[in-house]
Amino acid sequence: MSRNHVTTTVNGDEREFLCSPGQTLLDALRDELGMTGSKEGCGSGDCGACTVVLDGEMVCSCLVLASEAQGRRVETIEGIAEGSQLHPVQQKFLENAALQCGFCTPGFIVASKALLDKNPNPTETEVRYWLAGNLCRCTGYDKIVRAVMDAAAELRQERTAA
Amino acid sequence: MNAPEPKDAFKVVGTRPIRPDGVEKVTGKAIFGTDYKAANMLHGAIVRSPHPHARIKSIDTSKAEAVPGVKAVITGADFPSLEDIIVRMGESSGSTVDISTNIMAKDTAYYDGHAVAAIAAVTRQAALEAARLVEVDYEILPHVIEMCDAFAADATKIKAAINTVGLGEGEQGRPNASLKFTSAKGVAAAAMANAVHVVSGHYSLKPVHQGYIEPHAAVAAWKADGKLDVWCSSQGQFDVRGLTASVLHLEIGNVRVMPLEIGGGFGGKTTIYLEPVAALLSKKSGQPVRVAMTREEVFRATGPAPGGEIDVKLGADADGKLVSAEIEFQYSSGAFGGGDAWAGVMHSVNHYAIEDYKVTGWNVLCNMPKHAAYRAPGAPQINFAVESAMNDLADKIGIDPIELRLKSAVKPGDPSMMGSKFGEIGLIECLEAAKAHPHYSAPLGKNQARGFACGTWMNYGGPSTASVSLADDGSVLVTEGNPDIGGSRASMALMAAETLGVPYEKVNVTIADTSSIGYSMVTGGSRTTYATGIAVIEAAKAVINILRERAAKMWETDVANIEWIDGSAVCTDADNAGKSFTLAQIAAKAGATGGPIAFENGVNPLQHLPGYGAHICDVEVDKETGNVSVVRYTVVQDVGRAIHPAYVEGQMQGGAVQGIGWALNEAYIYNKDGRLDNAGFLDYRIPVASDMPMIDTVMVEKPNPGHPYGVKGVGEVPIVPPLAAVGTAVSRAVGKPMRSLPISPDKVYAALNGG
Repeated sequence: MSRNHVTTTVNGDEREFLCSPGQTLLDALRDELGMTGSKEGCGSGDCGACTVVLDGEMVCSCLVLASEAQGRRVETIEGIAEGSQLHPVQQKFLENAALQCGFCTPGFIVASKALLDKNPNPTETEVRYWLAGNLCRCTGYDKIVRAVMDAAAELRQERTAA
Repeated sequence: MNAPEPKDAFKVVGTRPIRPDGVEKVTGKAIFGTDYKAANMLHGAIVRSPHPHARIKSIDTSKAEAVPGVKAVITGADFPSLEDIIVRMGESSGSTVDISTNIMAKDTAYYDGHAVAAIAAVTRQAALEAARLVEVDYEILPHVIEMCDAFAADATKIKAAINTVGLGEGEQGRPNASLKFTSAKGVAAAAMANAVHVVSGHYSLKPVHQGYIEPHAAVAAWKADGKLDVWCSSQGQFDVRGLTASVLHLEIGNVRVMPLEIGGGFGGKTTIYLEPVAALLSKKSGQPVRVAMTREEVFRATGPAPGGEIDVKLGADADGKLVSAEIEFQYSSGAFGGGDAWAGVMHSVNHYAIEDYKVTGWNVLCNMPKHAAYRAPGAPQINFAVESAMNDLADKIGIDPIELRLKSAVKPGDPSMMGSKFGEIGLIECLEAAKAHPHYSAPLGKNQARGFACGTWMNYGGPSTASVSLADDGSVLVTEGNPDIGGSRASMALMAAETLGVPYEKVNVTIADTSSIGYSMVTGGSRTTYATGIAVIEAAKAVINILRERAAKMWETDVANIEWIDGSAVCTDADNAGKSFTLAQIAAKAGATGGPIAFENGVNPLQHLPGYGAHICDVEVDKETGNVSVVRYTVVQDVGRAIHPAYVEGQMQGGAVQGIGWALNEAYIYNKDGRLDNAGFLDYRIPVASDMPMIDTVMVEKPNPGHPYGVKGVGEVPIVPPLAAVGTAVSRAVGKPMRSLPISPDKVYAALNGG
C-alpha cells in the first residue's frame, strides 16, 4: 500500500513521516514520531485523551488524518513545558493533586492551556464546559477545575507583572 | 500492635507534597500500557464473536495466514488444556478454566465480543485485515442477558456444567444460578411480624463498566529458553504473573511481569485478558507481540460490574430502631461462575446493628463477559436498595434520615455480619459530621431536593513486600510491588520519610517488576496504603536499627546507647553523650561499617478496619426534559488518618462521581440479538466536567490502631452511598420512588407525566 509523505511542524520543529492514507494524526504522533504523550482512550473523539492543537485550534488527534497535518503546526503535550520549566497549568495540576492515574492528564493539560490562551479569566462554568470533551474517571473533576482556575490566576498575575 | 502515633507528632504525614511521579505524568513522558514498545515487535488483533451465544463448529484461518506480514494466528486450540485449578487473588477468585475460557473461546462463544482467534503481524493494519479474513462457522444458540430471563425457572441453561455453590440438588430450579448464599441471624420473619414500621421495595440496576480511560494492552516476549517476559499495566503485576503462568501452564518463576503505569482500573485490571494471547502469538512467531484493545473491545469483552434485582424489607420498632431485615437479590456474573453476591450479602446491613435478619444473594449466569471487580465490588448495588428503603422508613416514621440511622448505626464492639466484633470504626462520627455540615440544613431551590445515604466497605490488608535502601549520600530508595493508581508513591514516600525522620524529597519510590522484589497482592481492596504502608514503615524501622548499629560502631559503643531522633543517631553513652550522626553521615561510612544498608520486608497485616461514608446530594430536576443535575454534593468519610490528604479527598470525590454516573447515566444496553448497542463513550455516558459541581469533602479521622500511623482504606467506600443519595434526591424531586437505575431523563419525564 502506498504511503503518504508528510512534512509538518510539531512543537516548533519541522518533522517528516510516512503514513498510510487512513492513519490518524494520533497514530502518526505515537507510532511514526514516537511521541506517546497523546493517548488513545477511545479512538472516536469522545474522551479527549489525544487532544492536540492544530494551527491554533484544539482537536482530537484521533479524528484528524495524519496526512492533514501536511504544512501545518501541531502542538502536543510534549511541547507544553519550556525545557524543564513546567507551564503553570502543569504546575497547578501537580500542586492541586489534579491527577490520579494520569492517563487523561496530557489531554486535559493541552485543552486547559488552549482555554487559557483564549480566555485568561474563565468562570468555573466556562472551565467545566470547555473541558466537557475530556473524560476523567478518577478525580470527579473537582481538583482539575481548581487547578485550571489556579493556573489562570497565576497567568494573569504574570501578565500584570510583565 | 501499638496504638497509632498522635497526629501532632507528625512532621510529614498529613502534608500535601507533589507526588514523585507527577512531573512524568503532566509532561506526557510516563509510559502506560499502550505506550510500551519492544524491539522487533509485532502487532496483534483479536477476532471476536458477533453472537452472544454460539457453538464454534470450525475456524478456517488459511486466508488470514496468507495476508502478507502475518506471522502467527492462534485460536482456542492453541491454549493449554483446561485444568481446573482455583486461583485466589485480590478481590476476585476464579478458576483457570473460567479465566482461560473468557480470554479465548474454546468450543463455545459465550457473549458478543468473546475472543475466538488472534493474529500477529508486522503492522496493526495487516493484523486487522487478517482478522477480517478468519472464517468462523458458528451454530447460533439461544441467549439470555436480562436478569429476569436468566433467573427464570424455565430459562435457557447457557452452560451445560457450571460450578455451583450452596445450591444443592437440582439447582433449586434455577438453571443459570451458580451461587446461593445466605447470612442470617435470629428469626427475621418473626421479628418483622412484630415490627411497628415496615417498608419494602424492589430495586433494579443494570451492569455498568469501570470505565477506566486507558484500554487494556500487553506486550509479551516468549523467549527461546521457554521463559516469558510481559509488559502491561495492571493493578498487580504479581497476580498477572500468577494467572498468566496458570493459564499457560508455566512455572511462576519463568514469567516476569514488568509493571507499566496504569491508566485507571477500579478493580477491572485485577485480572487478565490479553497477556496469554500475546504470549502464545509471541511463542508462535518468535517475536515480541503487542495486543491492545480498542474502546469498543473494552466495553464488549471486559469486566462490567453486576446488574442486580433486589427485594428489600426493613422493619423498625416504634422508635425507629431497626428490628428486622429481609433481603433477597440476584446479581449477574457474566457467562462464568464467581461474582459478587457474597460481598453483596455481607455489605447489605453490615452498617446497622440488627438482632434479626436474613439476607440471601444469588449469582446468575448470563451471556455477558465474565464480570470483574468494580470499586467495592457488590456493595453499591445492595446499598442502593437498603439505603433507599431507609429513607422511605424515615419518611414513614416522620423523622430525620440521619437521626433514623443513628438509632441503629454500628459502633466499636458491636458484632459484624462476619461474626467478629467491630474495632475502632467511625460510622457514628460520620453521621454526626454530616448532620452538622451546613449542606445538610441549607435551603433548597425550586425543583430541587436532597438525598442522604451512608454505606460501608470492609477493606482489606494482606500480603505486601517493600524494601528500603540507602545510597551513600543519604538518598532513600523505597521499592514496592504495588502499581500507583492514584498517588500511592507519594503515600509510601511520606510514611518512609516520617519513620526515618528525613525530608519527603529525600525519598524515591520505585515500583518493581515481579523478579525484583517479593510478592505483593493487587492494588485493590483499599489495601495498599494500609498493608504496603506497613511493609514500608517496618522496613524503614529495620533500616533505623541498622543505622543505630553502624553509629554504635563509629562511636565504639553498644547499640543500646544509640537513639534515633529526627533522622539522626544520637549517642547517650558518657564518652560521646549528645553527639549525633545524621542518616547521610552514617550512610557515607556504610562501606567501612558493614556494607550496604538495606532491608526487604514481607508482611501480611490483617488489622484493617472497614470504612464508612455518609453522602449528601442535592439535585435539580428539569421538569420539561426530565434531566437531572447534581447541584451540590458532600462526602463525609472516616479515613482513619490521611497520609496525603489531597489524594484521600481525590478518592472520595472520584468515587462519588462514579456513583453519580451509575445512578443517573450508565448502563449496558443490549439489543434483541444480544449485541451490545453502546460500546463507546458517546453512548455509554460517564460523567463529564460540566455535569458535576465541586464535590465537598469532610475527612473524619478516627485512626486505626492496627496501623502505626492510623491508616484505614479509603478508595472504595466512596462509591457505595451515592446511588441511594442520588436516587432518593430524585425521588423526592419528582414525588415518586425511582427504584430502577440509571435514573435517565426518560424515566424522570415519565414519572413526572404520570408514567
